[in-house]
Amino acid sequence: MRDGVGMTRETLVGFVLAALLLAFPLVASAMDEPFYITLATRMAVLALAAVGLNLALGLGGLISFGHAAFFGIGGYVAGIFAAHAFNQEPIFSAPFEFMGSDRMPMIWLAALLISALAALPIGAISLRTSGVYFIMITLAFAQMIYYFAMSWPAYGGEDGLSILARNAFPGLNTANPLSLFLVCYGLLLVALLVFATVRNSRFGAALQAGRQNETRLAAVGIAPFSVRLVAFAISAAITGLAGALYADLNRFVSPSMLSWQMSGELIVLVILGGTGRLFGPLAGAMLFVLFESALGGLTERWQFFLGLILLGVVLFARGGLMGIVAGKVRHG
Amino acid sequence: MAEAVLSIRDLRKTFGALKATDGVSLDLRPGEIHALIGPNGAGKSTLIHQIAGSIRHDSGNIHFFGHDVGTLGMAERARRGLGRSFQISSLAPEFSALRNVMLAVQARQGSSFRFLKPVMSDRSLIEPAMAALERTGLADRARVPAAELSHGERRQLEIAIALALGPKAFLLDEPMAGMGPEGSRSLTAFLDSLRQEAPILLVEHDMDAVFALADRISVLVYGRIIASGTVDEIRSHPEVRRAYLGEAA
Repeated sequence: MRDGVGMTRETLVGFVLAALLLAFPLVASAMDEPFYITLATRMAVLALAAVGLNLALGLGGLISFGHAAFFGIGGYVAGIFAAHAFNQEPIFSAPFEFMGSDRMPMIWLAALLISALAALPIGAISLRTSGVYFIMITLAFAQMIYYFAMSWPAYGGEDGLSILARNAFPGLNTANPLSLFLVCYGLLLVALLVFATVRNSRFGAALQAGRQNETRLAAVGIAPFSVRLVAFAISAAITGLAGALYADLNRFVSPSMLSWQMSGELIVLVILGGTGRLFGPLAGAMLFVLFESALGGLTERWQFFLGLILLGVVLFARGGLMGIVAGKVRHG
Repeated sequence: MAEAVLSIRDLRKTFGALKATDGVSLDLRPGEIHALIGPNGAGKSTLIHQIAGSIRHDSGNIHFFGHDVGTLGMAERARRGLGRSFQISSLAPEFSALRNVMLAVQARQGSSFRFLKPVMSDRSLIEPAMAALERTGLADRARVPAAELSHGERRQLEIAIALALGPKAFLLDEPMAGMGPEGSRSLTAFLDSLRQEAPILLVEHDMDAVFALADRISVLVYGRIIASGTVDEIRSHPEVRRAYLGEAA
């Protein structure tokens, strides 16, 4: 919990952003403009992925340049489960027969678990290093998974894998863009709640202390490694969940979800919005997608202008967009 | 004589050609303040680092309550009760003084793998942390980020964190460093009462404080202990006078 003016202002700005993101597709739906609903869904899903990264990067100071691995793993879970359910072929038959699934809750659960499980060995090795070595090792792991997906013909290889019918959520028609948006938006809110809860907990205190001063954390008797490993796994799980939604949104998953450009994009979202800020990923994703669609229509070189903004944020506004509008963080 | 709490035998550490610790043996007994003095570069901080586990020694033994802790990491040694303060304040700069101490309370209580309850409404963390801040005279600065505290206040906060750990022995590395005469006097009085809670291995340059506090003094020069004894023995020790104290003492 943060006290003082900073907290109320930051929370207020966050609520306004969340309300805007909700209102935008509702208006678009009323005006029968499904393209804009999809745009808002893209914002929500990328924000969700960035909330995951923000837990490792923002709270823990772990600059993972490999979070696309988890984003892609989540995407492939959705794609592979759906393909097997569609074709009625089991994914594996021992010790029991598993047919995959076209149910979103089942896919989400699997995406969360498998991403977290993948993060444990990756984190256990990467976290033995720090600084630029950590960045490079996480990148290397993500590239390994990327090339594996490229060369694995069973699920489309470099052509990717289509999801023929969007996976289902009980009681909703997910083919309807607004329904899908609401599902993604709901999960984003849950993830924000998880982030806020973790940040304010004992675990969050240890994680943030480790970012500020690793020696201090160890000197009071808390081993930084285990705290960071658990944070890395939680972070990966959230990003993996976002990957599953992203695959369902596009009804397509390909190795590009696993690419280092994707990892970079996630870092950009977090930095743009404000590293470690609760609503930073939301602000970052909204601005990013807005930029991509508004400037992307005018020039193919829209990323040049995004780069300029990023440069400005890094040089002049370390707190990102949330820092500009809501001021400096105060820890109680 | 009571059994030593902390017992170091023939500890050695070299950095290249430099013998930073050259066969050091010393004991810390219950209820005592054992001061470690020596000129700059004698290896005092390096020795504290090795005892606390932030630097690994090359050979020798470190026993704490009869257990060999020499192979354990820094966090594990802290959990066993080695409460350490740093020569150069080492704090979580964004956290308030209170949250810095709360981290120690949380570590002392056990698991940091608790994800739900917000720490800032957790009385079981706040109350012991405030108590430690009050004892070190920092209570009215509890909500100030560590980065905004004055140098002296950061030194006090170091002590408050060590206190909150409830350690079985204190390793204090120049707690008076950079403090004004007023701060040094009040800290001296405070440390004097602290020895009842746990023995203190005290590295300190402030000779007034050392002579006022120490039950025993060991003199470290070029990584070796050249003399060890009571305050009077050290004051009159010819080699110590020559090597360190000079004719003024």
